[in-house]
Amino acid sequence: MNSLLEVSGVSVSFDGFRAINNLSFQIGPAELRAVIGPNGAGKTTFMDIVTGKTRPDAGRVLFGEKSISLLKRSEAEIARIGVGRKFQRPTVFEDQTVTDNLMMALKAARGPWKVLFWRPGAAEHARVRELAARVGLAEALARKSGELSHGQKQWLEIGMLLAQEPRLLLVDEPAAGMTLAEREQTTAMLVDLAKTRAVVVVEHDMEFVRRLGCKVTVLHEGSVLAEGSIDHVTADPRVIEVYLGR
Amino acid sequence: MDFLRKNPSVLWFLAILAVFTLAVTLMAPGTGSGAISTSFVKTLGKTLCLAMVALAMDLVWGYAGILSLGHMAFFAIGGYMIGMWQMYARTEEIVITSLAQSPIPPTATEIHQGIASQIFGVVGSSHMPEIWYFAHSLPAQLALVVLVPALLALVFGWLAFRSRVAGVYLSILTQAMTLALALWLFQNDSGLRGNNGLSGLQNIPGLGKVAQETLSVWFFWASALALALAYLLLAWVVSGKFGSVIRAIRDDEQRVRFLGYPVEGFKLFVFALTAVIAGIGGALYYPQAGIINPAELAPIASIYLAVWVAIGGRGRLYGAVMGAVIVSLLSSWFTGGRVPDVPLGFATIHWVDWWQVLLGLAFVLVTLFAPRGLGGLVDLVTGLHPPRRHGAALGPDSGSLQEREAQE
Ligand SMILES: Nc1ncnc2c1ncn2[C@@H]1O[C@H](COP(=O)(O)OP(=O)(O)OP(=O)(O)O)[C@@H](O)[C@H]1O
Ligand SMILES: [Mg+2]
Repeated sequence: MNSLLEVSGVSVSFDGFRAINNLSFQIGPAELRAVIGPNGAGKTTFMDIVTGKTRPDAGRVLFGEKSISLLKRSEAEIARIGVGRKFQRPTVFEDQTVTDNLMMALKAARGPWKVLFWRPGAAEHARVRELAARVGLAEALARKSGELSHGQKQWLEIGMLLAQEPRLLLVDEPAAGMTLAEREQTTAMLVDLAKTRAVVVVEHDMEFVRRLGCKVTVLHEGSVLAEGSIDHVTADPRVIEVYLGR
Repeated sequence: MDFLRKNPSVLWFLAILAVFTLAVTLMAPGTGSGAISTSFVKTLGKTLCLAMVALAMDLVWGYAGILSLGHMAFFAIGGYMIGMWQMYARTEEIVITSLAQSPIPPTATEIHQGIASQIFGVVGSSHMPEIWYFAHSLPAQLALVVLVPALLALVFGWLAFRSRVAGVYLSILTQAMTLALALWLFQNDSGLRGNNGLSGLQNIPGLGKVAQETLSVWFFWASALALALAYLLLAWVVSGKFGSVIRAIRDDEQRVRFLGYPVEGFKLFVFALTAVIAGIGGALYYPQAGIINPAELAPIASIYLAVWVAIGGRGRLYGAVMGAVIVSLLSSWFTGGRVPDVPLGFATIHWVDWWQVLLGLAFVLVTLFAPRGLGGLVDLVTGLHPPRRHGAALGPDSGSLQEREAQE
């Protein structure tokens, strides 16, 4: 099977505590996957490892057709290779406008010299408008992103990820703190995104995961407990015990 | 020019600087009525150089969020580099004139020897240290004004940023760098005349016939030009995506990494660029000051620089200039001893001593109550117009401002 991301046998300990324990995980090039699990299951740590923020003690993380190892690379390199990440709380640059935020994320050379001489042309402005429209921020282009509502910030961040044109998108709890209407729109956005790239969504909310209608991976104590459709995993007695039963 | 249209503050700044330069020229003894003294022209010229290093500080701290407390070291290095040529070339003129009296024409070695013992007699040495190798050449020393600060900043920055030293630890490290450099210079065998430093820098070799009153105006013009160019350059640097990225690094550098930007590379770039600007500022400052010694690298000097920028308002270039000009002019007024003491009965306020307290107090008050600094006053004027959404950056800690803006 040709997978885009292949994580195998990864372990990481923090001061003797095994946050990730012999974890293996695969995702295809255009697949939507939900990752669920109780608090402290290691979901965020898993994303930290893939994006280069945390170095695992053991295991392999391979990406793309050429199976590039992500382990020795910096966060910025991994991002340039094609892994985008959305954090648990919205992190946009509040002091800058929606346009500035999107321009910064737009796929282009990232080195200081190139950036210094880079000036947006008509094509870039059009692309920014298109992205803003896609995440429902067409009217807010000139506003400082700090003024946006919580949900709008989440979408701006998704817009920025789109602008990066990643091949793999890791999304940590996108629906947290959103209103019902905002959640529905977010679901639609993620499903749409996964048509052209791999998307991994970490979420607590079962209803939200159910609406995504995709394969689900259940993490528990740093390794995979179950995998399959939402109905399959919610029927698994072990899953019920560690997660749903509480 | 698209850039100037989008950044009207640049034109305002250049216009004000031009008017100021013209006014000083018309009042200076060398070129105008003489309403102000030559030494005051020099003070103003020096102030413009300080404004230049404040611009650099604003880029590195106000925009990129790196609180460097070492930029005055780069400033002083610039001064030393130009001072070496000045001392060498001036002494050469003197030695050649004095040896011309002797019956046999002096050899090159004799001249070189003469210069060395003239310059280093004060530290009990008579040979030319290696680091004076290029001192005879103006172009070489001018190149070193740029290269030495750049190289030092690159090496220091590479070591510090690569190991992700940030925040207060980085500030302490830059202070340590400054102190180490000063202590090294204080030694007689540093080759830069120890605590004597370099002196007589007000005399420009080859221009011995030009009176100081004229020379002071020339240097004033050069300082104004350099400040204008530095302002244009930095305004251009922060106007585009580069400015966006460094402000983003200031606010959340981890997030910038996940966007794919090499954060350390950007920091290094900004650190080195601002070190170069500081060096050039110093090279223009010290010929107007006349003397440079290791005390100029005192760690406190770099802290003052941060205070100026904070009072002026970091994160906007004209704020930094306002801070440097106003605070440094006030400082030389208060410490000049011409401000009348205030007798309070039980004690007397000597401004020479109490100015520091006043400055410290101003710093605390600005930090607490006016994070936008003096530059914020400009907002009061432009605030009459509809809010400019592309406005200048806010300081890192001014969350309250954003909330207020959100209600507009
Ligand atoms: N840098 C760290 N140092 C020490 N312990 C850590 C570190 N990062 C994570 N942990 C621990 O590892 C475990 C897994 O944490 P992680 O944040 O990955 O959980 P999570 O599944 O994302 O939980 P949540 O649903 O609460 O977001 C937790 O017990 C946490 O305390
Ligand atoms: Mg988490």
